[in-house]
Amino acid sequence: MLTRWFGDENVWNRFNRMQNDMDRLWSTFGSLSQAQRGVFPPINIYDDGESFIARAELPGIDPVDIELSVTGNTLTIQGKREIQPADEGCCYHRRERRGGQFRRAVTLPADVDGSKVNAVCTNGILEILLPRSEQSKLRKIKVQSK
Amino acid sequence: MTEKEKKELEVSKKKEIELSVGEPTRDDVMYVPDVDIVENDEGIVLYADLPGVKPEGLDVDVREGVLKLTAKVDPVVEKHRLVYGEYGIGGYQRSFTLGERIDVEKINAKMNNGVLTLTLPKVEMHKPRKINIQS
Repeated sequence: MLTRWFGDENVWNRFNRMQNDMDRLWSTFGSLSQAQRGVFPPINIYDDGESFIARAELPGIDPVDIELSVTGNTLTIQGKREIQPADEGCCYHRRERRGGQFRRAVTLPADVDGSKVNAVCTNGILEILLPRSEQSKLRKIKVQSK
Repeated sequence: MTEKEKKELEVSKKKEIELSVGEPTRDDVMYVPDVDIVENDEGIVLYADLPGVKPEGLDVDVREGVLKLTAKVDPVVEKHRLVYGEYGIGGYQRSFTLGERIDVEKINAKMNNGVLTLTLPKVEMHKPRKINIQS
């Protein structure tokens, strides 16, 4: 009986499925606590010499709900992501997307000119162009020979 | 900072596709998008978070009862040097097995602000029907 059980090639598939179900169950528990915790969008910062480019993944967020501010070398992003709950009588097969409020402050490597900051939201990516301030601009110095 | 607060400040991480599932021939990193799947009497609605995906970069494929989402994301501009990074750049891929009850012909896909809304209507004969009992 035991050998037959293990001889069944589908048993591993069944195990895998069971494991997936368990993982999903745990992640559901996880997302329950995350519902309170809110979202925290990941941010990447790039430098092209002239300015910094901050990109944040904010899928499904209305640009109206995003608030940005810059002081010196600190960029603050705050907003909220609303996820419409399903109507009465619907049932969830998966629920992995999270909503909620967030507020993040990121320190940039150098000061930026707050008056020239520009932000665009395309396809769920928020791109903020932060030109360096005059003082923190890269200056090439020529070495003279005597 | 307490342990709990630390947890609250965690950045949402993207889940990378495990190679064992099916080794890609291209060298791109692929991520598993977060989805919500809701079922009602009319059908199933799938919402997927696909930040950075243009509508034309998305591919929805139904074959032999398997719904496959594949999405491409543009690479970073070369002269942009990464100074601080929290997320990886790569495409998205995820597959779902569909029940026979889905009317494949009527599947509708819509992209808005990096969120895909996929409507999968049920085949007419599978929709619940109220039968009036006459006395």
